[in-house]
Amino acid sequence: MKFRTLLAAATALSIMVPAIAEAKTQITWWHAMTGANGEVVNKITKDFNDSQSDYEVVPVFKGTYPETLNAGIAAFRAGQAPDIIQVFDVGTGVMMNSEGAIKPVADVLTDAGFKFDKSQYIPGVVAYYSKPDGTMLSFPYNSSSPILYYNKDIFKKAGLDVNTPPKTWDEVWADAKKIKSSGAAECGYTSTWLTWIHLENFAAWNDVPYGTNQNGLAGNDVKLEINAPIYVNHFQAIADLAKDGTFKYGGRTSEAKQIFLAGTCGILTESSGGIGDIVKSGMNFGVGTLPYDSTAKNAPQNTIPGGASLWVFAGKSDAEYKGVAAFFNYLSKTDVQVYLHETSGYIPITLAAYEAAKKSGFYEKNPGRETPILEMTGKQPTDNSKGVRLVNLPQVRDIENEEFEKMLAGKQDAKQALDNAVERGNASIQQAIGR
Amino acid sequence: MTPRATFPHKFLPYLLVAPQLAITLVFFYWPASQAVRQSLFREDPFGLRSTFVGLANFKHVLSQPNYINSLEVTVIFSVSTALISMAAALLLAVMAEKVIIGRGFYRTLMIWPYAVAPAIAGMLWLFMFNPSFGSLAYPLRWLGIDWDPLLDSKQAMVLLIAAASWKQVSYNFLFFVAGLQSIPKSLLEAASIDGAGETRRFWTITFPLLAPTSFFLLVVNTVYALFDTFGIIDAVTGGGPGRATETLVYKVYKDGFVNLILGDSAAESVILMAIVIGLTAIQFRYIERKVHYG
Repeated sequence: MKFRTLLAAATALSIMVPAIAEAKTQITWWHAMTGANGEVVNKITKDFNDSQSDYEVVPVFKGTYPETLNAGIAAFRAGQAPDIIQVFDVGTGVMMNSEGAIKPVADVLTDAGFKFDKSQYIPGVVAYYSKPDGTMLSFPYNSSSPILYYNKDIFKKAGLDVNTPPKTWDEVWADAKKIKSSGAAECGYTSTWLTWIHLENFAAWNDVPYGTNQNGLAGNDVKLEINAPIYVNHFQAIADLAKDGTFKYGGRTSEAKQIFLAGTCGILTESSGGIGDIVKSGMNFGVGTLPYDSTAKNAPQNTIPGGASLWVFAGKSDAEYKGVAAFFNYLSKTDVQVYLHETSGYIPITLAAYEAAKKSGFYEKNPGRETPILEMTGKQPTDNSKGVRLVNLPQVRDIENEEFEKMLAGKQDAKQALDNAVERGNASIQQAIGR
Repeated sequence: MTPRATFPHKFLPYLLVAPQLAITLVFFYWPASQAVRQSLFREDPFGLRSTFVGLANFKHVLSQPNYINSLEVTVIFSVSTALISMAAALLLAVMAEKVIIGRGFYRTLMIWPYAVAPAIAGMLWLFMFNPSFGSLAYPLRWLGIDWDPLLDSKQAMVLLIAAASWKQVSYNFLFFVAGLQSIPKSLLEAASIDGAGETRRFWTITFPLLAPTSFFLLVVNTVYALFDTFGIIDAVTGGGPGRATETLVYKVYKDGFVNLILGDSAAESVILMAIVIGLTAIQFRYIERKVHYG
């Protein structure tokens, strides 16, 4: 009896399931968003699915950024790739170099009959995810930019003005020394992501080249130029401050945020995406723009985005591409962008969403949230400030970090560290592009 | 003529080992052969372009100063981890034998860390010794030690060896306790009557009789230090500072999954496979000869 019921249920199911699948085209989206940002992903896909009846976007969490990228690569090789995959900023070069594996987002949108007006998007963000000829390759989902945070209580104790954050790096060094010497805190300054903030964004913000070939945007064959005097002076200043603990090293990624949150250091440079944790800690903090080098002629120029974008895999059916296009079109809508921006802390990708957030008074209530947008939109990007694109950027960052760690441990000076990074980095780029 | 055991069935023996063979084929020979194949090609991450390069990947890997560094790191790390975890476990096992009240309680506590996953063990040590938020980093600094494993490569290595050994002590302890129990009490008693002290009894009776256990543990610990410590390294140091704690296994992961240089990574894993096969063969051929199985 029981067996028969089961059998009947199974038969009913096997008839029903294809019926559902036929009605809606499924779009799979592999992402790497956790916590509050993961909930945002689930909410917007649900809203999109409820808003129409042709497509169903299925978000799948695949782990950290590198894990998600690796899962995507493995799946593509096995012929099981998802439709959409979220790839972090440093993976952009890898994706762009794999033209047979991806379909440019601009093509996906225009093929499906949506008109794609680039002028509607924030220029710094779109430029980073486009080919040199301007074709947008991936859809910017979450973008952030480095900004400066400072602890107002420590500033007060050190006798610094709590309403003027340092603007240039020289001012940061001076304030940091004062914090340390006055005993207001154990250390003056710390920073997350040395490679992203002090090399890639340092280059863009000060309008100096990171490498040849427009930092890799105009071609794969890049020679690094990060041992120019402006970089050497900058890093020598950090190395000197590290000797007596005025600068404190936290680690290669965002570990330094903990040192700042613990009240050990008075000033921090970190991604604008990290603001949530600092707000949550209840600290009396202030926000400033990313400091620039006072010797750079055009500084401040503009910063480059970190975060991630959505890539579309090649070899899918037309129906699936139409669904992807509809979903991206939905994501670009002003109210969706405003929601994304206000809940997740990432930068809105359309100008309309930025205007809407401004009008609603969001930035007055939440100081610091506009800073990264202003940094990225202040000036038209130059050849030095569109971004850094290397086929093997993760590997080059590793090399740079290794040399910095040796420098901060006092084993070599800044000149030596950067010369080594250039030499080893260039060799790895040549290997990666197959020369 | 030597007597030979004969089985009436022709196929049954094969059938009985078939599941084991199938598992070995699927989980060892097939992936291993894929690694060997991959090591001869240079390929982009998505597998769109693939060129046969012969032994060029091996040549490239072996000519890197980083690879030699990685080899040194692996030797220092593995030898220290295996020796420290075995020595500590032996000491604890001998001590635990002497406890009369609450022996079971002590043993349970000793075995506990084995149930902790390597990555979690790594996080545990990281939370204790992280220079910025570690609860034991403050007392260390208070003692006048400039504790900063994020930049000091020696301290990073010490931290890693301590974490990896701690994790393995329980396993070794378990086997040493079992080994100690199989030593006939009469031998030890006879030695005591003859006037041998505790130290002498240990080195002349207990230690030699533990040789089979020690040998087994040496093989297991070597393999553990080489392969199973990946999670700890990833959680505690990530191979840094510089490349001071990048072992061969960690380098295979870094080159393959982070840097996406599949050819080099495959070549490295083939070399690693050869090293482990060689090491195990040496252990069985030369060290086992000195082991008495009683």
